[in-house]
Amino acid sequence: MCSLTHGCVMPADPTIPLLDVSDLCVSFPAGGRMVPIVEHVSFTLPEAGILGLVGESGSGKSVTAMAIMGLIDTPGVRVSGSVRFRGRELVGLPPRQIRRLRGRDIAMIFQDPMTAFTPVYTIGWQIDEQIRAHERISRTQARARTVRILGEMGVPDPERMARRYPHQLSGGLRQRAMIAMALSCNPTLLIADEPTTALDVTVQAQILDLIRSLRGTYGSSVLLITHDMGVVAQTCDSTLVLYSGRVAETGPSDRVFSHPGHPYTAALLDSIPPLYGPRPDRLPAIAGAPPVPMARPPGCAFGPRCAHVHAACTTTPPALLPLGPDHEAACVLPAEGTPLPPRTAADWPIDTIGDACP
Amino acid sequence: MTALLHRAGQTLLVLFGVSVLVFGVFFATPGADPTARIAGRNASPQIMEKVRHEYGFDRPLPVQYVIMMKKLFITRDLASYANRGERVVPEIMQAAPVTACLVCGAAFIWVTMSIAMGTVAAAMKDTWVDRGLMMLGLVGISIPVFWLGEVANLVTQNRYHDTWLFSWVPGLGYVPFSQSPLGWFRALVIPWTVLAVMFIGIYSRVLRTDLVTLAGEDFIRTAHAKGLSPIRVLLWHGLRTSMVTFVSLFGMDFAQLVGGGALLTEVVFGLPGVGRLTYRALTTLDLPVIMATVMYSAVFVVLANAAVDVIYVFLDPRVRDAS
Repeated sequence: MCSLTHGCVMPADPTIPLLDVSDLCVSFPAGGRMVPIVEHVSFTLPEAGILGLVGESGSGKSVTAMAIMGLIDTPGVRVSGSVRFRGRELVGLPPRQIRRLRGRDIAMIFQDPMTAFTPVYTIGWQIDEQIRAHERISRTQARARTVRILGEMGVPDPERMARRYPHQLSGGLRQRAMIAMALSCNPTLLIADEPTTALDVTVQAQILDLIRSLRGTYGSSVLLITHDMGVVAQTCDSTLVLYSGRVAETGPSDRVFSHPGHPYTAALLDSIPPLYGPRPDRLPAIAGAPPVPMARPPGCAFGPRCAHVHAACTTTPPALLPLGPDHEAACVLPAEGTPLPPRTAADWPIDTIGDACP
Repeated sequence: MTALLHRAGQTLLVLFGVSVLVFGVFFATPGADPTARIAGRNASPQIMEKVRHEYGFDRPLPVQYVIMMKKLFITRDLASYANRGERVVPEIMQAAPVTACLVCGAAFIWVTMSIAMGTVAAAMKDTWVDRGLMMLGLVGISIPVFWLGEVANLVTQNRYHDTWLFSWVPGLGYVPFSQSPLGWFRALVIPWTVLAVMFIGIYSRVLRTDLVTLAGEDFIRTAHAKGLSPIRVLLWHGLRTSMVTFVSLFGMDFAQLVGGGALLTEVVFGLPGVGRLTYRALTTLDLPVIMATVMYSAVFVVLANAAVDVIYVFLDPRVRDAS
């Protein structure tokens, strides 16, 4: 609706994916040279799809999101590759034009709802501000919409809540308000950067339910960034696993969870506690730590921590190889004829975590 | 409302503590006879006896304290013996408006200038504009106020007074606002500027640092992600939030200036304010005047602090709930 009236974004075309990221590289200057943080990341997100971007801290998830939003303003940063939103190139777009997309067509919600609101204004004021930044409507109209959206996001007594300051709301309510603000201009793409990390488990489940319902009620696509495989299992159609700034594996969630093609994905899945059966003494953890961006190994970045590492892994970074429909992994094992074994349904957390939460 | 009453009660308590402390320092220090100090040098035995009786120095300390406070605040007949019986309190009441005019004008200049400089520097971080403004700020901090005042006097009163540029500058001294608003402004505009220079330096640097730190905060990132213009993010989200720090800093400086901290500026420009009164009393060792001005400045610091707390409540909703 917004996009048509403003005439700067093409109407939806079913042949063009909503978001098409290809070969995205981001490097930051450090110690006199450029350090690559995100390398050759490509993925597509269809209309009304939910894509999970998974990785440890420092794997480049948030930097990827910030690059899509054009929010990286570190002096000297280099962003290359292409980010196409409805066919329109965002990399290199003038700040004024990308600003008009931000908040209206692409909205973002952040990890810590406590610090993500400006502490000196009411929640309602801040949501009104976003609406009025993109649309010419009166204060009262903006407030009416704010109250309506807050209500739709499950905020009780939205009229009163809109007059409250961020510190007066609980974490869950603040995150709902954050999502309400992100949705206030009816964006087609919502980027959620670890939206549930700072919340306790029951609230987490509620917020994930809310995010999942958005595509039905608002038709929004969601790019969900998380380090939690359980969250991906509950929420996402497709999964992209990032390791050390590169794509380790990508594919439809059920395929990735049942037939992980990359040892890193398999290790992440192993480290989810089982819901049924005997409780393990110790959860399996991945030994070691990811390489620092300054000193990534020449071969596979996961090599030093991988149980299957051998000579072929240490020379060049392995290319993404197809494993099935839309399913790819950056590992040499399938090509060598020794793919990882598929996981059994008992290991498989899809739809089990969601049911376990009241 | 109860919070305000609570705050007022606290203020009174602090004032009481301050008065006891000041009294103690002046009159209850062992090894010195306060009678001789009040009566001044070479006082005759009759005067000594009169002073001793008047101030109750032959009676216990609490009684002395009550007499002193009564003389300061109720009967207001505390008199200076060094200055032939001049009453101290009316003198301070006469000097206070001068100081208040000086400090308020300077505060207006330094607040507007430092907000402008600090915001521009933060917006143009790491450019030559930023470096130039911050260098200017550092120069302002480094210049002693009495030196700057003397140079200003030398230029405007002396060397270039007859040029078109400075012929409007009146001679040193003060013109009451009620007598001539224009004369008042002319007499004060140079002292205002001189007094404000150092504070412009400090405040613009503090504000710039604050704004640059805030730029890394999550809520600033959110504001950018909302699609707001960089200027709106800087002013409505950054500057508005850093006003909380700014006001607390301002309260302290403003209070100490009103309480006599503008002494050097007043002396250099011949303004008959509280600072100059203190200065004169110090040179003649006029104990009642010193005592009264110290008490007066303490009262102002405490009152200004209470005022800042009230402003705080309006600026920061988190404080509103905590109190």
